[in-house]
Amino acid sequence: MEYGLDLEYSFNEFLKGFGLSSEIAHIIWLPLPMLLVLVAAVVGVLVTVWLERKISAAAQQRIGPEYAGALGVLQPIADGLKLLVKEDIIPAKADGILFTAGPILVLVPVILSWLIVPFGQNLLISNVGIGIFLWIALSSIQPIGLLMSGYASNNKYSLLGGLRAAAQSISYEIPLALSVLAIVLMTNSLSTVDIVNQQSGAGILSWNIWRQPVGFIVFWICALAECERLPFDLPEAEEELVAGYQTEYAGMKFALFYLGSYINLILSALLVSILYLGGWGFPIPVELIAKFLNLPINAPSIQVFTASIGIVMTVLKAYLLVFIAILLRWTTPRVRIDQLLDLGWKFLLPISLANLLITAGLKLAFPQFFGG
Amino acid sequence: MSIAITTQFICFTVLSLVVIIGALGVVLLESIVYSAFLLGGVFMSVAGLYLLLNASFVAAAQVLVYVGAVNVLIIFAIMLVNKKEDLKPINDIKSRRVISTSICLTLLSLLIRVDLTNVWSLSSPQNSIGEESTIRIGEHLFSDYLLPFEVASVLLLMAMIGAIVLARRDVMSKDISTGLPVDQELIEKSSEPLLTNKN
Repeated sequence: MEYGLDLEYSFNEFLKGFGLSSEIAHIIWLPLPMLLVLVAAVVGVLVTVWLERKISAAAQQRIGPEYAGALGVLQPIADGLKLLVKEDIIPAKADGILFTAGPILVLVPVILSWLIVPFGQNLLISNVGIGIFLWIALSSIQPIGLLMSGYASNNKYSLLGGLRAAAQSISYEIPLALSVLAIVLMTNSLSTVDIVNQQSGAGILSWNIWRQPVGFIVFWICALAECERLPFDLPEAEEELVAGYQTEYAGMKFALFYLGSYINLILSALLVSILYLGGWGFPIPVELIAKFLNLPINAPSIQVFTASIGIVMTVLKAYLLVFIAILLRWTTPRVRIDQLLDLGWKFLLPISLANLLITAGLKLAFPQFFGG
Repeated sequence: MSIAITTQFICFTVLSLVVIIGALGVVLLESIVYSAFLLGGVFMSVAGLYLLLNASFVAAAQVLVYVGAVNVLIIFAIMLVNKKEDLKPINDIKSRRVISTSICLTLLSLLIRVDLTNVWSLSSPQNSIGEESTIRIGEHLFSDYLLPFEVASVLLLMAMIGAIVLARRDVMSKDISTGLPVDQELIEKSSEPLLTNKN
């Protein structure tokens, strides 16, 4: 640890002051960041649902939710409560076990992926060495949940919807992984903290978006497709098709799908900001500002201040991307399934392969700009 | 026993039980869909065992390749070809069972022999490399294991081309299953007419 807040260390030292052993202190520490991130994810979903309602209303010249709380901020909570108290229906001829396991398998990998999202140098649950690769691996479990819930519903529309959702998810995973690989190539590390640190040299100028513009666009398109957002929301396609693999779901099980897709959207936005927009970095490096104002960067108060700026920056960038995603949803038409697969396999895959090759070449030619 | 070792032991026991019971379920269950999903569970628990061995990269690769690709493809295939079909009774079922049992027992004895003869203990516990293993695997793949690595990719390419040729029958002049000349105009035409003209 060069610098930065280390809450875990301070917390453990604090508990050791009461005469607890370091192991017990560690066990007491472990659930805290997990709970914090879980709460953050759920609150993020509530905020996103509210934003979605308000922005869609603005895009269609409506007012949107207004009566539940000021500006309708309590509307998502009302939605959630409604889903919570609804009757939990399992269709008579459905396969009960798989029907229940499907939504869980969709939600759990998404939540597990929050393990690697850093909000600061030490502000993440675990800085695992395989970092971003863990997210790619975990997101590949999701199609099994989709297929499972489609099959278990015992409904041909659900089965077909599940197959389509899984096909979409699989075909966009490959360009996604390849554009992440280009970033990893430049960073020489899979860890998300290293990826952000590599972009922190010269503030906004050293962000990866300038070195990987193609990768950024490919990643964003694929992330939208993975989250089943418009223009790629074919599995659901609320106005046109039967609602795909979710057709037979009601109550809390439906809410799990809903929650999963929104958490996944926020996670994707966070990862785009980490991979391409400098993560927790301020557009002008905080160290430079501190030097300019003659402040000691390692003083505790400055540390707390920079850490809060880091969290604010990460969330701000992520919500900017969420805003773009919502705006896209309410302004673009939906693609057809054949256009979707064509775009994935015939356009994004070759482009991301070429991007990877060019990145490797540039890394060899200009090691000072593209990571040595 | 410290807390870390206890946790590790509990995780190992649970994962091994899931692997064994899940694998038995894959073989013994009647429903092929359940078998396929259980297979996914077995792959996941094997990934968990890799994690316990500090091989996080191998664990993630296991999840990505076996769960995310192989298992999804198996489930896809089962769901697309969900044909209810009575299997033909096999005449010499007993002799077949004897042969397959003997083959399985031979393989088991081979595994037991490997288990007994191999030296499992590391020369020193400091030898475990943990997070470094990603770099080490990459170095090996592009130096001394380069040929097997490339041969595997050629094998996958061959399998893919074969699958495309089988799936797109219009690239052949004759239908593989019926031997009839193929109508080149409609790709999605089924090889048998859907409505047979009965009069």
